[in-house]
Amino acid sequence: MNKTQGVVRFISGNMISVEFDGDVLQNEVGYAFLEGKTRLKSEVVRVRKNIADLQVYEETSGLKVGDKVEFSGELLSVELGPGLLSQIYDGLQNPLVHIADEYGFFLPRGVFKNALDMKKTWEFNPLCKAGDVVTGGDFLGRVPEGIFDHKVMVPFYLKGKYKIEKIVPKGKYKVNDKIAKVKDEDGNELDLTMMFEWPVKLPVKAYKEKLAPSETLVTKIRLIDTFSPVNKGGTYCIPGPFGAGKTVLQQITSRHAEVDIVIIAACGERAGEVVETLREFPKLTDPRTGKSLMERTVIICNTSSMPVAARESSVYTAITIAEYYRQMGLNVLLLADSTSRWAQAMRELSGRLEEIPGEEAYPAYLESRIAEFYERAGSVKLNNNENGTLTIGGTVSPAGGNFEEPVTQSTLKVVGAFHGLSRDRANARKFPSVDPLESWSKYKSFVDEGLVAYAKNILFRGNEVKQMMTVVGEEGTSIDDFIIYLKSEFLDDVYIQQNGFDPVDASTTADRQKYMFAKVVDVLKKKFSFEDKEKARVSFYELRQLFIDWNYMPFNSDEFIKKEKEINTKLEEKK
Amino acid sequence: MKKIYNRIESIVGNVVSVNAKDIMYKELAEVTSAHGKSLSQVIRMDGENVSLQIFSGSRGVSTGDKVRFLGHRMQVSFSENLLGRIFNGIGEPMDNGPELNENFIEVGGTIVNPAKRIIPSKMIRTNIPMIDVFNTLVESQKIPIFSVSGEPYNELLARIALQAEVDIIILGGIGLKYDQYLYFRSQLEQGGALSRSVFFVHTASDSIVEGLMVPDMCLSVAEGFALKNKRVLVLLTDMTNFADALKQIAITMEQVPSNRGYPGDLYTQLAQRYEKAVDFEGSGSITVISVTNMPGDDVTHPVPDNTGYITEGQFYLRNKRIEPFGSLSRLKQLVNKKSREDHRAIMDGMIQLYAQFKETLEKKAMGFRMSAWNNKLLKYGEMFESRLMSLSVNIPLEKALDTGWEILAECFDPMETSFRSDLINKFWPKKP
Repeated sequence: MNKTQGVVRFISGNMISVEFDGDVLQNEVGYAFLEGKTRLKSEVVRVRKNIADLQVYEETSGLKVGDKVEFSGELLSVELGPGLLSQIYDGLQNPLVHIADEYGFFLPRGVFKNALDMKKTWEFNPLCKAGDVVTGGDFLGRVPEGIFDHKVMVPFYLKGKYKIEKIVPKGKYKVNDKIAKVKDEDGNELDLTMMFEWPVKLPVKAYKEKLAPSETLVTKIRLIDTFSPVNKGGTYCIPGPFGAGKTVLQQITSRHAEVDIVIIAACGERAGEVVETLREFPKLTDPRTGKSLMERTVIICNTSSMPVAARESSVYTAITIAEYYRQMGLNVLLLADSTSRWAQAMRELSGRLEEIPGEEAYPAYLESRIAEFYERAGSVKLNNNENGTLTIGGTVSPAGGNFEEPVTQSTLKVVGAFHGLSRDRANARKFPSVDPLESWSKYKSFVDEGLVAYAKNILFRGNEVKQMMTVVGEEGTSIDDFIIYLKSEFLDDVYIQQNGFDPVDASTTADRQKYMFAKVVDVLKKKFSFEDKEKARVSFYELRQLFIDWNYMPFNSDEFIKKEKEINTKLEEKK
Repeated sequence: MKKIYNRIESIVGNVVSVNAKDIMYKELAEVTSAHGKSLSQVIRMDGENVSLQIFSGSRGVSTGDKVRFLGHRMQVSFSENLLGRIFNGIGEPMDNGPELNENFIEVGGTIVNPAKRIIPSKMIRTNIPMIDVFNTLVESQKIPIFSVSGEPYNELLARIALQAEVDIIILGGIGLKYDQYLYFRSQLEQGGALSRSVFFVHTASDSIVEGLMVPDMCLSVAEGFALKNKRVLVLLTDMTNFADALKQIAITMEQVPSNRGYPGDLYTQLAQRYEKAVDFEGSGSITVISVTNMPGDDVTHPVPDNTGYITEGQFYLRNKRIEPFGSLSRLKQLVNKKSREDHRAIMDGMIQLYAQFKETLEKKAMGFRMSAWNNKLLKYGEMFESRLMSLSVNIPLEKALDTGWEILAECFDPMETSFRSDLINKFWPKKP
């Protein structure tokens, strides 16, 4: 088939208009030839008569009117197969480490590398035999990939029934070696390999049905797990002004969350943060597996200095890879930081297309794009009746820290949990600076509901007393109210706040949370009587000191048990 | 072959257009008018219609003026000869020195591969406790000073530049007042640092468009030195002027504005500059400290707001001192674990108490009776402000940490501070 060709007619920033001859597909990939040789990858975003508008995934300087453009006839796709884990890709799935090995410090233009290693061999174990009938998403075999059994699947785009004519025996194969031959119902034969491609903007639907998310995803962050939990297969968002700790919260989650695979999409954010992850993770061990954290991680990084159009596609690249692993029956967590940058990339593109702007110049389709993205999360029942989940956590960076802006509002409509960060809490160095009063979740915690409700009530009333005290002063507050205020501060200081940099306090297991929370609620429920407010304050400060020290001690260690006795004695004294 | 055209089709704002063929996107052209030559750059091409932004402004440009395309993009001469020199916003000498014509490198456009960056690990000592203790500056960091007119931000910038241990200082002035430029020059001269400095200065009296190239010039030169294993400090003052120049061009080009007239790509434009801050694996580094003027002292204004999302923290300069609230160094935890074991505890603990002091101050202003605890906080706040916050304090980190413990011991009982017991046992000053 002859490929459609065209010539550049208009250039402004990363938008070019191309006059073409023949047919083009909406969203197909095209290449503009810079100086006749360097191929700049682009995507068709609008077609009007014989003029196609393309967004270029690279810097356009040096391009001329009249330069040649070649259309590929294919949508923007990613390669799926064994070898994705522990890789670092750019937004178009170029392996950054390989590019660095070859080209040094800087990213060259017009270079595309295979995402998967084509030379490496994998130990393939067939799970099917000749004569079996399969469909897209069924397991053909498995290969060990690090700590996981990577399932080699029938490509998702094969939707009908296919009969296996031939499948290779157990042995070592490369990703693009033919491993099976299948025949469709019309008798057409097809060769399959361990890898295949999937267009990033289409959700993968090779499963039986979508289920409601029902199991808690343990992040080991007390505030989230106890007060605003997230379920496996659910969605949540973290909006917050700059400096409130969005990225730190995401980083801590990526380390400690109890899931099989973590996909990190660094979308239009600082390169330095990605570097921390990619340099630190190989050195950190995952307590669940005893292996390096990197073995369960894929990083998609399109940092803010990288081209804008590729930023728009990076979240799709990330979610497609996440869906691929979910199809193997694994629990996958996608952390997107930040979805606002992705929305801004859409806005930039929309502006260059001279579309009629919506609120704050965002395009009118912003809300539906955000909804489509979060809807790709979910808990699904696979063809073999196993379950796989994909959870999405996205940060939002609202302009001026004002949650009333379009990206935050569109996101809140579709997510299942909201962790709102507060600048006041960050200023007062209260971390994680999620506001426990404003945040909400539609999912259920593993901690007893009654206790959580009790604690929330104390927080709420404590805050009321605090507000009141700014008007009537401490002397105008009754001692009972004052104790409620002290209790809410105590709960905040010893349970809600957590030191993300301490090896013990940074992650609290579900068991420990249940145990500690019960003890904290004991204190909250206890009736205290004090002579005056000063004595009450001192008393609570003593308790606070004990609990803070307790937090830093390994669960059920000798010192932990000793400290608990100390706490019990202290509580007895206060009777 | 250089292409020359004699007809300017349109003049709108600082953008002119000509009909020309075979021109590169972002190519430079020289426009010769009755008032002299000025440089311009291609910013849009629609068929044969080429739009150029004129750096020195379009005032006095005639439709009959000559436009000569240069066949290359913006470039700057890079060599050791740059050191000690002062240039204007488009790289012409301002110091009566010779023009440099060797080893031209292209300005802007390079993107560092994240896989070749390393985690920053070296603290830059400034002897300012509000920076060293509470918001530690780290080599390869990008951090702005958020401030308003009238605050001594340029003085602070000069002081950091002189006290920081770096090999090369590059100053980029965008809309810099002439007397401020003279101030920087004399400060660096007195400090003996001028011979390892390069200035690219666009002054307030120059055409606003000319300031657009300053950050790229500075950062391309910095990149050159960093790749030669030098530790480079880039000072940019002030980036709000840069954003305003972007706004002006965007509006001239009839782009849809997103927020208060700024173009939708403001974040990307700023990020592409700030992200040049880097620690190269096996080579030098670039640290960027900028000034971002907050119009109307409003941090939600698009320029400081977008900047805050890009940079690795910010210093709020207000009432001639660095504010503890809002000021932040995102990289501090990379260095403060190995400085001294009490560093982090002091950093968080003292600010938590200072926050309570501020609340108490409000209560006091409203006429409430002060409890014993309130009085302790009031005493603490005053001591904290005079002995650590004031910009006149000039002490090394260790001394500042000791001062912190002294202040705490003078005001509180150990238990009231919520520090961990092991730190209290070790560092709490013993009563004589």
